This record gives sequence, C-alpha cells and structure tokens, in this order.
Amino acid sequence: MTRNTTTQILLVGIAIGMLSLGFYSKTIYDTFCRITGFGGTPQIAMNEDNLSVVLDRTITVNFDSNVSPFLPWEFKPAQRSMEVQLGQTALASYTAKNTSDEAVTGVATFNVTPMKAALYFVKTECFCFTDQTLQPGEEMTMPVLFFVDPEMDASDRHKDVTEVVLSYTFFVAEDQPEATVATDKALP
Amino acid sequence: MVAIHGEDIPVAHDHDEKPAFFERWFYSTNHKDIGTLYLIFGMFSGLIGGFLSFMMRMELASPGIDIFTNEHTYLVFVTMHGLIMIFFMVMPALIGGFGNWFIPIMIGAPDMAFPRMNNLSFWLLPVALICLMVSFFVPGAAEGNGFGGAWVMYPPLSTTGSPGPAFDFIIIGLLAAGFSSIFGAINFITTILNMRAPGMTMHKMPLFAWSVLVTAFLLLLALPVLAAALFMLLTDRIEGGTAFFDPARGGDPQMFQHLFWFFGHPEVYIMILPAFGIVSHIISTFSKKPIFGYLGMAYAMVSIGVVGFVVWAHHMYTIGMDVNVKAYFVLATLVIAVPTGVKVFSWLATMWGGSIRFSVPMLWALGFIFLFVIGGVTGVVLANAGVDTYLHDTYYVVAHFHYVLSMGAVFGIFAGWYYWFGKMFGFHYSGFLARLHFWLFFVGVNVIFFPQHFLGLNAMPRRYIDYPEEFAMWNEISSYGAWITLASVAVFFIMLTEAFLKRNKRRVGNNYWGEGATTLEWTISSPPPYHQFSVLPRIDGGDEGHDH
Repeated sequence: MTRNTTTQILLVGIAIGMLSLGFYSKTIYDTFCRITGFGGTPQIAMNEDNLSVVLDRTITVNFDSNVSPFLPWEFKPAQRSMEVQLGQTALASYTAKNTSDEAVTGVATFNVTPMKAALYFVKTECFCFTDQTLQPGEEMTMPVLFFVDPEMDASDRHKDVTEVVLSYTFFVAEDQPEATVATDKALP
Repeated sequence: MVAIHGEDIPVAHDHDEKPAFFERWFYSTNHKDIGTLYLIFGMFSGLIGGFLSFMMRMELASPGIDIFTNEHTYLVFVTMHGLIMIFFMVMPALIGGFGNWFIPIMIGAPDMAFPRMNNLSFWLLPVALICLMVSFFVPGAAEGNGFGGAWVMYPPLSTTGSPGPAFDFIIIGLLAAGFSSIFGAINFITTILNMRAPGMTMHKMPLFAWSVLVTAFLLLLALPVLAAALFMLLTDRIEGGTAFFDPARGGDPQMFQHLFWFFGHPEVYIMILPAFGIVSHIISTFSKKPIFGYLGMAYAMVSIGVVGFVVWAHHMYTIGMDVNVKAYFVLATLVIAVPTGVKVFSWLATMWGGSIRFSVPMLWALGFIFLFVIGGVTGVVLANAGVDTYLHDTYYVVAHFHYVLSMGAVFGIFAGWYYWFGKMFGFHYSGFLARLHFWLFFVGVNVIFFPQHFLGLNAMPRRYIDYPEEFAMWNEISSYGAWITLASVAVFFIMLTEAFLKRNKRRVGNNYWGEGATTLEWTISSPPPYHQFSVLPRIDGGDEGHDH
C-alpha cells in the first residue's frame, strides 16, 4: 500500500466518522439533555423516594401554554402561577378543549426556563408523557405532578433562581383516532 | 521565504504533448487543466449568482413590489443567490481553481495525489449546479416554483413548508457539491502531506499551501455534517418518514440549526482562508520582502480553523439559549479576532519598510485587507449576544458578511486572478482595464453594502421583498452601487477579451513580477509545461523557513 493510499483511507475514515456523528447527533443530543437537564429538559422521576426533605425556600412556578396552528384545540393553564417549597410535591393542571367537530389526538412537548433550573425540576406524572385524544367539543383537565428537587438549594449556580416557567406546546400527534370516531358521531 | 536553486529545476520540454480537445478538457486529470475548468465554472456561476443579486437590488431600489410578480420568487432568488455564490462561485474559484493550479507547483509536486478523483471532484459540480437550476422551475411551496427558505434551509420551512420537489433537487445538488468538496479535500491533504519536494518541510511551505491545507481539513470535518443534516431533511420530508426535526414526533428543529451551523461556521473560514494565503503572497511580492512572521501567519490560520469549530451557535443567539451558553459563545467568537489580528498586523508589518509597488494584484490585496477589516470589526460587534439580539437578521448582518465575503473572498479571488493570470495563460492583461475594473468594483461594492449598515441599525429585516418608506433613501443608494458593480463586471469581461485578443503581443517570462516573487511557480515557464517537475526540485532554505 502506498503512502498516499494510507493517507486517503485515514481521511475517508475521518469523513465517515463525521458523517456518523451527524446522524447520531439526535441520540447523543437527547441523551446529553436528559442526563444534564441541558437546554431546559426537565427531569422525570418514577418514584418519590428522595422526597424526604421539604425546605422553607420557595419558588414561583409560572405556567405557559402553546398550541400548534395545525391543532384545533384551546389549551390553557388552570392557574397562572403557583408558589411551591423546595421538595414539596405540587399538583397543577391545564385544560384543553377540542374546538373541531372530529376527534383529534395531540401530543405535548415541554420545557423549563431558566434552562439551568431544569436540572432540578422533576415531574412525576404528566399528561405530556402520553398522547391525549379529545372527542369533538370535549374539554379535559390535564394534571401535572411535580416537585423542585431540594438539592437545588445546595447549588451555587442556582442561588438566584426564584421563578421558573413551565411551558407546554401541543402538536398534532402522529397516530390519529381511526374511523370509529366517525361512527360514534353518527350515533346520536 | 525559501531560497530555491532555480537552475536545478529542469523543465520537461520534450514531453509537452497535450491530448486532443475533448480528451484534454473532459477526461482531464491534469491539475492545471482542472484548475482552469474550476475557474471558468466559478466565473459562470458568479454570473448567475450576480444576476440574481442584481434583480434583488433592483427590486429593493424603491419601496413597493416593482419587478417580481410574487414574494415567493424573490425569496427563491435570495436562497439561490446564497447557495450559488458559496458553493459554486467562491469555493470552486479559490479552492478548486487556484488550489489545483498552484498547490502542486508550489510544493514541487508533478500533479495532485489522485488525478482521477480530481476529475470526479470537478465534474460533480456541473451536475450539482444543474440540480440547483432545475429547482428554480419545479414546484416548491404552495406559493410557486423553487425553494424560498434561504440558504440555511431551516425546518419546518424546508420540510412541511416546501412539499414540492424543488427542495429535493437542492438537497441532491448540495450533496453532489458537498461530496465533490470532500473528495477535493482528501486530495489536497494527501498531496500536501505526502508529495512535497525534497527539502520542502512543512515550515518552509508557502502560506497559500498552508491555507489550503487548513481549508481542506475544515472541509473534511464540516461537510460530512452538512451531508448528514441534508440526508436527515430528505428522510424527514418523506410522508411517514423520520422525525429528526419534527417536534410533534419527538424531534427538535433546533437540532438542525446546530448541525447546519456546525458546518456553516467553518464554511465561512473555508471561503476566506485561501484568500488569506493568496493575499500573503501578493503583499510579500509587491513589498519585495518575505512575509512578516511566517510561522505566526501559518499557525494563525490553523488556530482560526480550530476555534472556528467551537463558535457555531453565535449564528443562533435568538433561539432561546441559556445565558451561560451564550457567554461561552461570545467569548469563543471574540477569541477569533486574535489570530485574525495577527494576520492583519503581519500583512501591515510586511509592507512596512518594503519597496511597495501598486501593481494590479497589490491593489486588490490592499482592498482586501481594508474591507476585510471593516467586515471583521462589524463581526466583533455582532459576536456580542446582547447586541446581536437586536441586529439578528437585519441588514447589518447582511452588510457584515458581504464585507467579509463579497469583498473579502471575492477580492482575494480577483487578487489571485491578476497575480497569476500571466502564469496561467502566458500573457498579460491591460493594466488600464484591470485598474478600471478594480476601482469600479471597489466603489460599487462599497456603495452597495456600506449603507446597509445604516439600514440594519435602523432595524430593516433581511429577506423581505418590501420595506417602509423610511428605508427608501439608503436602499436607493445601495441599488446605485449595483449598477456600478455591473459596469465593473462588464469591464472585467472587456479586459479578458482584450487580453486574449492581444495574447501574442504580451507574452510574459518565468517571473514577470521580479524579485519579490519567490515561490516555485515563478521558477518555471509561463504558462507552465503540461507536466512540470519530472525531476523534483530541491529546496534549500534557512532553518525553520525564515530568510535571515
């Protein structure tokens, strides 16, 4: 193998490496955000073991809602804001209403601002974990169960956090209700 | 920079037989012929891209919609102007054109490492350009033909926003152009690393070779990421396909912006670094002095290349980043001003105390330094996230990047063209016409882009076909500049025609610039023999490449 061929193979390898990094960026980015809470990705807890401590320090949680223009829903938080103690499990809710005359399934994405607070913002139960289907004209209350991890109090970087915004955006889900909906509508 | 034993360098007079026309230009594996093809191709694409921008400027000359029949077509022109100028004008001319022509000669190699791959690199480009041109005439969005989502191609405008085949043609075209550049980069790196003449160490290598080496590494690392992002867009666009960038299905449209600018920021250095190299040679030649701080110049380019990979998010300050992330990107971006400053001051120091001649290439090189510094200074302004929040997507940004590209990179291209014209073709141009071209172009582009700073500071947004009355004055002046630039382009082609007609009366020798021109291309005939260096030259220089 000549020297040029060796160099060429090495360089092709670098190019293919960068190409694969590009393709896997989604996986890498998702994993990175989930682990570090980077970019405002809130933490998800499946158990509430670490909820032994409740601190006096409080935080104001503001609630925000957005709807994709393609989704015929009204979607609003039931409360504008809420004051919670660190470590205290709180229940907030949103209401969603289907304004169209057919059943539609929506799916929500979520985000916490300031983004650095996302690391300690933990949701235990949320409507955003699964798809939500609303029948024509149906209104539904959607709960969110969350707490702010008391460990945040120990972090210097989070001393200035007194308020967070929890934001949801509803999109049209990929899987829509089948034609059964049409028969439902024909019944009455 | 290096002492060369000119008399040791034999020139192959005996075997200078060129193949027949079709074989020579279509099957070409000769680096000089491919370089010429690249230059002609760049010139042709420049005319298309220039026409598009001229139409945009005419539309914006006065408030109201005057020339275009619909807003979508205007946006298609904006998009295609950007893509064509970047991928089909600047890159082919600087890297493919001058790189192919002079890298092998400067490092004392007979040809590129992989001549057939070189041929493939070139011929992928016309195919790519055809794909882009087709995209003009096929359905894009509901509003009309073509893709109007700007050269950044952000989803969802480039996915659900442009369902027609127009954008698919752009993807295919850009993939072809991208692979062409990746192959070219592999070729340049291999040539420069492995095929230097005996004695030509890395630290004796001319700065243009350094600039192309760094550029080739940037291409090799950045373009595959663009290719990946384009593939992801393509599969996202298929009905029921992937959802990399679709938030409703767990994707993230911001990720495209990250991928795009991870490519896009190195891309701006890809366009300017070869111009840095060319300008260094010209400043040195016409000051009759070796370049000041050779090693600093070389490693400034290397560090610009390295730091260029970790600053991409300064293009996206407004997406809602964490303030700490912004602080990092501001700092990293400002750091790039340091090696760039090293280069600018070294050029000035090279001229200092030199025996300066204001020949045509020197005019372009000085114009380059002057205008590139203006563009660089507005870049430092824009690097600040707080300021950028106000200036993002305004004409201030347009003015900034046209000062570094339309004046920086393009002045570099013309500087190289007038510097090596005699070397490439064997005869000289009319100094009067070349100077006329320079002054008209210099005045023209400044009249176009300087007022755009004012428009931007007054918050005129980019990429709109119309604007309120208050922006009318500076837009009108800017559009006069387009006429002056058009006149300069006409003078350029008159200059070319005149030079070719009088070619037999203006033959030039090996080294028509005289004493200051020290690199290897000046030791061989003009034009060089079809195959140079059948016996490799020996380079005998001072240690570490300095002349003391």
